[in-house]
This record gives sequence, C-alpha cells and structure tokens, in this order.
Amino acid sequence: MPSTIEAAVRVQTKRQPLPPRERLEQIFDVRGLTATYGSKPALKDVSMEVYKNLVTAIIGPSGCGKSTYIRCLNRMNDLVPGFRQEGTIRYHGQDIAAKDVDPVAVRRTIGMVFQRPNPFPKSIYDNVAWGLKVLGMKDDLDDRVERALTQAALWDEVKDRLKASGLSLSGGQQQRLCIARAIAVQPDVILMDEPASALDPIATQAIEQLMHELKSEYSFVIVTHNMQQAARVADMTAFFSISRGGEGERWGELIEYDSTERIFTAPSDQRTEDYVTGRFG
Amino acid sequence: MSSVDLSALQRPNDRLRRRRVVNRSMELLAWLTAAIAVAFLGVIVWSVARRGAGAVDLDLFTKPQVPYAPAGVEQGLANAFAGSLVIVGIAAAMALPFGILVAIYVNEFAPRAIRSGVSLVLDVLNGIPAIVVGFFVYGLIVVGHGQSGLAASFALAVLMLPLVARSTIEVLALVPASLREASLGLGVPRWRTTLAIVLPQTVGGIVTGTTLAVARIAGETAPLLVTSSLVTNGTSWNPLHALQTVPVAIFELTESYEPADHARAWAAALVLLLFVLFTSFAARWAATRSRRKLARTGR
Repeated sequence: MPSTIEAAVRVQTKRQPLPPRERLEQIFDVRGLTATYGSKPALKDVSMEVYKNLVTAIIGPSGCGKSTYIRCLNRMNDLVPGFRQEGTIRYHGQDIAAKDVDPVAVRRTIGMVFQRPNPFPKSIYDNVAWGLKVLGMKDDLDDRVERALTQAALWDEVKDRLKASGLSLSGGQQQRLCIARAIAVQPDVILMDEPASALDPIATQAIEQLMHELKSEYSFVIVTHNMQQAARVADMTAFFSISRGGEGERWGELIEYDSTERIFTAPSDQRTEDYVTGRFG
Repeated sequence: MSSVDLSALQRPNDRLRRRRVVNRSMELLAWLTAAIAVAFLGVIVWSVARRGAGAVDLDLFTKPQVPYAPAGVEQGLANAFAGSLVIVGIAAAMALPFGILVAIYVNEFAPRAIRSGVSLVLDVLNGIPAIVVGFFVYGLIVVGHGQSGLAASFALAVLMLPLVARSTIEVLALVPASLREASLGLGVPRWRTTLAIVLPQTVGGIVTGTTLAVARIAGETAPLLVTSSLVTNGTSWNPLHALQTVPVAIFELTESYEPADHARAWAAALVLLLFVLFTSFAARWAATRSRRKLARTGR
C-alpha cells in the first residue's frame, strides 16, 4: 500500500504531455455564456472549449461562478427559479442551451456528481440499478452494476452487502457510489461539482485515482476549491475570478484557460498567478 | 484580579430582589396557563368518560337507533357509526389524492408566484366556516338530489382538502433538493423523479396529515346537518341515501327528553373522543418516525 504522498506523486507523473490543442477533439464549445439569477449576474461572457478524454478543472475563489458554469453544461440550472442564460453551448456541434433542446436528454449523456454525496435512500445495488432500469438499460443488470461499482473502486468493499442501504456507507464510499451511479448509465461526460470537498484525504485520493483511470472512457469537468487537486488531476485548467463593477455589482469571469502545466507554472495573467501562488483567495 | 470588588455582588439590592420576585411570579403564571390548557383536555376526557362509559356496550355498536321507540326498546347507534365510517371514508378517498396532487404541483412544478397564490387560497379555504361549506353543498347537490351520504362526504372532503394539501406541501419541502438533483442528474424525467424518489420520502408525513385531517372532520357536525341528517330505520351502508352520523346523533340525542338518550349521547361522545385521541397520537407517532427517516437522508 503506497502512502498518500507517493500515490499523489505517482498520479502527477502519470500525466501525458498534451498534444497541441488544435489536434484535440472538442466536446464542448461554449461561446459568450452569461448567466444571471434573478437580477444578480453570476457569470459574464465565458467562452472556452472542453476537450474529449481529458480532465478539465475549473478553479477560482468562492462566488466566481464555477458551479454555475458547470451546471450550465447539463442544464441543471433550469431547475433554479429565476435563472436565465445567454450564449451558446455547443456539445459535439449542437447548441444544448437552446430552448427546444430537452434538458432530460442532455443530462442523460452529461452526468453529474455533486458536492455532497447524495445516494438515494435505497440499497447499494439499487442506487446503481435504479437509473439503469428507469433509462431502459435492463439487460445484464447485475453485470452492469458490478462493472460500475468496480470502475468506481467500490466493488470490493460492498460486494458482500449489496442489499445494505447506500446511506450506511461512509462519506467517501457514498461519493464513490454516486460516481458508480453516474457512470453506470454510460454518459459521455461527467461533471463533478467539488466532488471531494466533503471528504477526507484518503477518499479524495481514491476519487482522483478513479478519474485518471476512467478518463480514457469519459471526459471529466471538475470544479474544485483545491488547487493541489487541480494540479494533480487536471489536464486543462480554467481559472475563474470575480470582477466588480460600479454600485457593488460583482460577477464571475473566465480569466485564463490553458494546460494545467502552464496555469500553475507560467500563467499569463497576473490574477491567475496571484491565485495559484496563494497571494489571493 | 484582586482589585475587583466582589462584595458588590452580594450586597443586598432592592432592584435585584424585585426582579427576582417578578421573574418568579411570571414563571408561575406561565406554568399555570400551561397547566390549565392541559387540564381542559383532562377535564373533558374525564367528564365524558364518567358519564359515557356506563353506556358503552356491545348494543351501542350492533343495534341501530329506533325512531320514536317506546321505552324499553333496546337500541344503539350502529347506524350512526356505519354512516360516519362511510361518509368519512369516502371523504378521505376524495380529498387524499386531490390534496396530494395539489401539493405536488405546488411544491414540485409551480412557479414561485403561483406557489404562494395557491398556498394563500388553501389557507382561506381552511378558514371557511364548516356550515358555509355545508350550505354550499346543500345548494349544489342536496337541492334537486336530496340528502345523501355522498353529499356529506363531498362537504367533508372540501374541509379536508386544505389540511391534506398543506401538510403534504410541508413534507415535500423537507425532502432535500440534493435528492431530486441526484435523480435529475442521471437524466431521469421530472415526473419520474417525483414519483419514485421524492414521494416515497413523504409517505409518513402524508399519513400524518391525513390522519389529523380525518380526526378533525370525523367530529364535524354543521355540514352534516344540512347534507345528511334524515334518519331512516335500520343500519344502512349505502352512501346514496341519507346516513346518520355520530356527531349528528349526539346533537339530536342531547335534545331528547329521555335520560337513556342522554346516556347514549355521552357514550357516543366518548367513542368519538377516543377515536380522535387515538388518531392524533398515531399521527404524532408517524410524524416523528418519518422526520427521523428524512433527517437520515437529508444530512
């Protein structure tokens, strides 16, 4: 069993050098995304592309609109009363921000893992199997559940008590169960909104490891508070920050988006440098 | 440290003494009012039990009333109990699905403006005097179709609806948003999420609200007087006929000159009271249980 630090180093060195950006395949192409809650602007004019089979991290101080941004990517904000957005979000070329797009279909291919583990009050097995059943993936149910739990590195810990409640697991196990639930339905992209912020370092490491192992099959977009985490797991990193206007107005903005390497070693914007070196935020 | 004059703390002080006296007496007053509130229930239960217990026997539940019976004819209130069961049962069957659907719409689907509007309407509906609801149903159904158990059920259902809807809205609001998000994030449609994930969490709360509502309307008398009070011979279970009910029977028996009738009124009152007490306690128990369950999932 390697120590956490060794494992972190191993994880870090596992990162392949990125090919030039134009050779990467885009999954999201976000243009001019502006989001408001009621009359309060949350995000202004964000444009960035997200690439396939990479881990893309969104970092930035509290209130910079990171969560708002990733919740736009699968229309999760539709559920918030008073939410409005402008701009286009092209997903494999199709604008999923358009009014005539079915948000349920969007979320079907773009899954999400939330900040706090939120397993269903069902058994461990049913937590994974329920989504499969509802979405009509009923063949080989047992196999699919086992595969998802294995991919989420939880199978060995729960295989003898699949009938136990999902809520009986520890926080870290619950979050891995939520990841298993998300990957079981075979989405194309998995959005993670600070998935490790409520977890201890061991559980955090397990989840980071898992992203590494799964990114050949899925693409990840992860919001994180934790810069070390971004540095460890992400191929690309976007730095968001808060901008202020007159009359106390404040909104989130994309400051810089580049390979994680560059964001952490040679950022081109002073604000990014201040943030990653810990002078701000 | 030593420079603090501690003796000041112990010096006799008129203001302090007065404050203590006022505090003590206010505490006593608060205790007394609480005790009186509890005593009311105690006195009611005690006096009803003392006068009614003697007349609670098997005949009360098995033999119907006999109108204009000569003295010595054995009679009970079976027709009233049957009528109450039928009428309250049908009322609950009408109000329960309706109230739950209203609550689901209001809490899960309605825009914020409609949400508060409907809540206000439910409160107003809850405040409408029962006799007004009875009279409304009288004009709507009884005129033209005559009195019937169904008309009475409808009136009681109108009274029950806001109670069921409000209590269901309250438990739906307790279901954590993260649970809805978990399901929606999988690409599960909203109706399915509501049905399979949200509603099962609220069963305990809905049971509680319904039980309390049943307890409340089981003793309702005013709307029944105008919708279902004509007594027929024998025990009937047919809601298309006018049915006798427990509260109306109590009302009528108290107006009788026969002491035996008064005794039966007390007995019926005792049975009704025990039913309400029992359902309220059951509702309390269900509520605590479901809240504990929700707390576990909410975290």
